[in-house]
Amino acid sequence: MGVDATRTLEQAAVIDREGLALLLTGLRDDGYTLVGPTARDGAIVLDELDGIDDLPAGWTDRQEAASYRLERRDDDALFGYVVGPHSFKRYLHPPRVKLWQVRRRDDGMEFSRGGAAAPRYAFLGVRACDLAAMRVQDRVMIGQDARDPIYAERREGAFLISVHCTEARSTCFCASMGAGPVADAGFDLALTEVLGERDGEPRHEFVITAGTPRGQEALRRLPSRPAGARELEAARAGHERARGQMGRRLATEGVRALLRDNPESPQWDDVATRCLSCGNCTLVCPTCFCSTVEDTVDLKGEHAERWRSWDSCFTGEFSYIHGGVVRPSTRARYRQWLTHKLSTWFDQFGTSGCVGCGRCVTWCPVGIDLRAEVAAIRRRADADEPARATSSTPDAGSDA
Amino acid sequence: MLPIPYRVTRRVRETADTVTLAVAPAGPDAIRRHRPGQFNMLYLFGAGEIPISISGDAERGELVHTTRAVGAASRAFCRLEEGDALGVRGPFGTHWPVDQARGRDLVIIAGGIGLAPLRPVIDRVVNHRGEFGRVSVLIGARTPADLLYGSEHATWRARDIDVRVTVDAAPGSWRGRIGFVTQLIPTLRIDARAAAAMVCGPEIMMRFCARELRALGLAEERVYVTMERSMKCAIGLCGHCQFGPDFVCKDGPVYPYARVGPRMLIREL
Repeated sequence: MGVDATRTLEQAAVIDREGLALLLTGLRDDGYTLVGPTARDGAIVLDELDGIDDLPAGWTDRQEAASYRLERRDDDALFGYVVGPHSFKRYLHPPRVKLWQVRRRDDGMEFSRGGAAAPRYAFLGVRACDLAAMRVQDRVMIGQDARDPIYAERREGAFLISVHCTEARSTCFCASMGAGPVADAGFDLALTEVLGERDGEPRHEFVITAGTPRGQEALRRLPSRPAGARELEAARAGHERARGQMGRRLATEGVRALLRDNPESPQWDDVATRCLSCGNCTLVCPTCFCSTVEDTVDLKGEHAERWRSWDSCFTGEFSYIHGGVVRPSTRARYRQWLTHKLSTWFDQFGTSGCVGCGRCVTWCPVGIDLRAEVAAIRRRADADEPARATSSTPDAGSDA
Repeated sequence: MLPIPYRVTRRVRETADTVTLAVAPAGPDAIRRHRPGQFNMLYLFGAGEIPISISGDAERGELVHTTRAVGAASRAFCRLEEGDALGVRGPFGTHWPVDQARGRDLVIIAGGIGLAPLRPVIDRVVNHRGEFGRVSVLIGARTPADLLYGSEHATWRARDIDVRVTVDAAPGSWRGRIGFVTQLIPTLRIDARAAAAMVCGPEIMMRFCARELRALGLAEERVYVTMERSMKCAIGLCGHCQFGPDFVCKDGPVYPYARVGPRMLIREL
């Protein structure tokens, strides 16, 4: 996934800023609801866009564990930042959505499906990690026997415009997860932003490739020229820069077995002294899919609705069954989250649940970095620190 | 994800806090036929949806649920009367391996409300008694007043089922056994090399039952238990019921103990 930039660039074209503006206008004219990055509230967030003027021109981000800041760039790049707190998950698997409604009548109950039809989305600025996250969520939401019709409807109609990263932050580790920084499939169109000078003139262009017939069709309608060696070289240099700026690796080798086999690692106690169990990591994660439901009833008691909303395995209520909470401790909740993400996700869906976007690192209020936690668990396992061995727990005790 | 309208056709108050309801479709739609051990999601208007095991005879086609009032939705369930409406989704999950138990001795062990998901198995034995070897039903309850399906024990015994009851505590008038259900296991007379066991109750009770059964010589692959976890969707999408790599709603709730036993020892998994 997403490593060989050369192949994707073979049939590349070049469009300028005007061409990009036309692309966005054209998609809106075709009935798509355009969603992409925009600067708001001190962050690059995703929102519905009218067109190219809503993009965060001249902004960049600085990200570290527990830190995110917007800064001005010294150019007018439209995509000169990496991922913000939002992912496209909020449009495919909405934070709150009505599942169904029911009307109580004298002769019983009548159920009907919730909500209006979803908009047909065009997503702009889908980074390689977010594209990989969509593939992960596809397996969860529509790849099993039970398909989520809400996700399916939104996903199947969506037009995807990827933007290959030309920069990375210390929180980024998509290369470790085989997810980026260059996406090589799954998009309709993919852009690499190229800024520079040519013959003394400032240039602001996009090397663009199509990944699907409808992407080709959209590209054909734009004023473009074939990409020359110069532009391709500039694009490749950008991809390499992103690869080079990537932060520490997540050592994926054997991580599935490592977490499965170390549920009693002392590191879980260690991280629990720092983790606030706030759930930020699950909300910014582009693959976390857990949800809960809420029922509402009108005052007359005739009409009720069932709403689904994102949930987090870091809350106590998440695991509540009558008689108590299955995971009362932060230790158990963090262990559940990380073990699910990097280990049991494979058992369930045949893939890692992590794409290396780094959002959970940036948006953790205390700067817990899963890469460091995995490394520490591995160190302790290798050193064979005395763990709370499972064999010494109650079964060896007296009769029930 | 849309419930199907059902209606209560029969109501039985089992104990002070437990009610059995038989339900039937209110319209043309109905859920698929269930297998013993599977569960439904029951929607109670305005109170929410709860996973409830199916506790009636799968062959007779009647859909029966027994529930103890412990939360808002289960209390609403227990308040339903004949003719009242509810919504049903299901059936979900894995089932007791009743067919594989044919020709073998069978041990059924229930703690409290745990008898509810096992009753379809007992019904199967009652209706096809000749297909099984020696069959024992060990029932544990908090007090004699908490015993479920007490009026049916005589029917079961009449079909050559060894029904034994024990309670945690009892008034002076109780002439039966007092003690843990696990204490009955060593006295079982079964062909342990081939027998199957089906156990439902609190996790700690199931763990100690598995231990006692192992001591009798019954392999953990032939001891089946049911897990309980929080469930919202019942189709593996909401994430609440995760138990290690499993979604209890679809990979369970019925498991061979050999699969889940080691995981039960990991606290707060």
